[in-house]
Amino acid sequence: MLVHAPILAIAVPLLGAFSLLGVSYINRTLRNVWACLIAAFTSAMAVAVAIRAFTEGVVVYTLGAASPTESVTAGGFPIRIVLAVDGLGAFMGLIAALAGVVAFIYCFQYLREEEGKSLGLSLLLLLWAGILGMVYTGDLFNFFVFLEITSIAACALIGYRVWESRPAEAAFKTMAMYTLGGLLVLIAVGILYGEYDALNIAYLSKAITGSLLDRLALGLLLGGLLMKAGAVPAHMWAPDAYGEAPAMATIVLVANTQAAIYAILRVVFTLFGGALASPGIGWLIASLGIATVLVAVLMAVVQRHLGRLIAYGAVSQLGYMLLAVGVGLVARGGFGEVALTGGIFHMINDAASVGLLFLVVGAVRRAAGSVDLPSLGGLGHTLRWEAGFFLLGALALAGIPPLNGFASKFLIYESTFRASPILAALALLASILLLAVVVRAFQGAFLGPRAREASPAPRGMLVAMGILALVIIVFGLFPGFFIERIVSPAVQAVLTGREAYLAAVLGG
Amino acid sequence: MSVIVRTVSRVVAPVALAFGAYVIMHGHLTPGGGFQGGAVVASVVALLVVAFGCERWRKWTHVLLPLEDVGAMAFVILAFLGVGATFFRNVLAGSGGLFGAPVPQLGPNPGALNTAGTLPLMNWAVGFKVIAGLGAVVLLLALFGREDG
Repeated sequence: MLVHAPILAIAVPLLGAFSLLGVSYINRTLRNVWACLIAAFTSAMAVAVAIRAFTEGVVVYTLGAASPTESVTAGGFPIRIVLAVDGLGAFMGLIAALAGVVAFIYCFQYLREEEGKSLGLSLLLLLWAGILGMVYTGDLFNFFVFLEITSIAACALIGYRVWESRPAEAAFKTMAMYTLGGLLVLIAVGILYGEYDALNIAYLSKAITGSLLDRLALGLLLGGLLMKAGAVPAHMWAPDAYGEAPAMATIVLVANTQAAIYAILRVVFTLFGGALASPGIGWLIASLGIATVLVAVLMAVVQRHLGRLIAYGAVSQLGYMLLAVGVGLVARGGFGEVALTGGIFHMINDAASVGLLFLVVGAVRRAAGSVDLPSLGGLGHTLRWEAGFFLLGALALAGIPPLNGFASKFLIYESTFRASPILAALALLASILLLAVVVRAFQGAFLGPRAREASPAPRGMLVAMGILALVIIVFGLFPGFFIERIVSPAVQAVLTGREAYLAAVLGG
Repeated sequence: MSVIVRTVSRVVAPVALAFGAYVIMHGHLTPGGGFQGGAVVASVVALLVVAFGCERWRKWTHVLLPLEDVGAMAFVILAFLGVGATFFRNVLAGSGGLFGAPVPQLGPNPGALNTAGTLPLMNWAVGFKVIAGLGAVVLLLALFGREDG
């Protein structure tokens, strides 16, 4: 069965999403058990794929063939749909598994039955399946399809609280941006298909010559993916979406955003890695990254809505990842490798710290009925665990040692300084500002006199937050161990793994 | 709607249904397939809603919504059938056809109806999903529009 692990990690949550609604007609306890089983199985499969990819190299799975490795038909043309998981894809699968598991543990006590809990669980599974599909697929059109699956599931989840006005607006805004981004990606896929008659990423990567049309396709792909990732100037959907979505969906949305960063890495380093990956594109991505960091942090300063404040923090972290990707492309090898290590390590750190903060915000909204900072205060008297988790997540987000955010951000500063001291200084400045912002938020919400009654979160939600807190501390205390085991294979897959990826899919 | 519209709808609806079923059934031979045929059938739902009003179809939403789930699950389960070899493996390839023509293992299609193994079944699964999904969307939009106005 482990041979089929890549596709099972996508197909099982998909089947689960559809069957969950049927099961929910029978019995709610049965539905919860069923959802737990699906979630446990999916994350186990993602871990199995990761172990195989880290130990044996690129995992290729061909759909519909006589055997999973038969990716090329007679004549050497890869017409079949393939999943190709290298170190980077496996690493992203781990992030998705972490986010998904935490979201499921959290949501059973967070969602209320009368809100449409069955639909929420079903959409969460669908979003999860889409993310895993995006990071595992080796086919450009399938990538687009999974991108759209995540977009639709994400928009439906953002608008989960249909009885309020702002979630509907946020969902609409997100839908507009996602659709536009998806269309750009689709046009790029169409251009490449028209040029080379193929959709297989490895085959296209070999065939791409660097013509004008290829450049156009690269621009469209980058544009669409940056929109999906929420980089400045297309970031306006992200604070609304993160701020209004139910907390358990937000952490998976963060993983979804990181899947867009994954796709940028895949497009720049694998798909266009042969002909077009030039330092100029690196500078472009790095400057968009630093713009994202600065704009998001400055916007976070003025927020009064706790969810939106954290959301701007999340957008700024995304800027750090883009900065790292850009610097990695400017200098491949040398300090570029350090930058990519920092950027890729920062993805899982960001998923943990931002995810934890959003889960705490969800708990605050549930306990106090509001996330408006001026009306909150003194929540720390009753919500002790939540206050501790918020402080931990906030310090990790701002990059304070010995937490995990420091480990990855330090690598990013160090390498960015080698590329451009000004960019590094700006990034550091933004980080300090972010610390001020989150400390103010902590002070406003949890310290001071008791402003309103609040009841502590149920145990399931605390366990979910505890898992992320554990990740933050362990990754912060032993960064070397994790960089060596799970980050380094991903970095090598990006920098030097293109040949191995092509050989694994195309044979020879 | 007027008696003309109702009468024409009565005539057109079965024809459109048959055309939709044709497009789904021949998806592996001619342009079209589950999605396209399903959209044609869903347009019949729109026609009926416009011609006869939406109130009398209200109870159909309880049929359409589970049917959509069933269609989606059928598709994934059909794909799971192949998991002995690979996911999506055409397990019916090489077996005898329903209408006499055997299913080819690989290569050109003789063009008879049942010559593609699990593909037509998947077309039907997608067809059901689209019929139920789009039909429910049309019906619910009409019903919600009434409640607001």
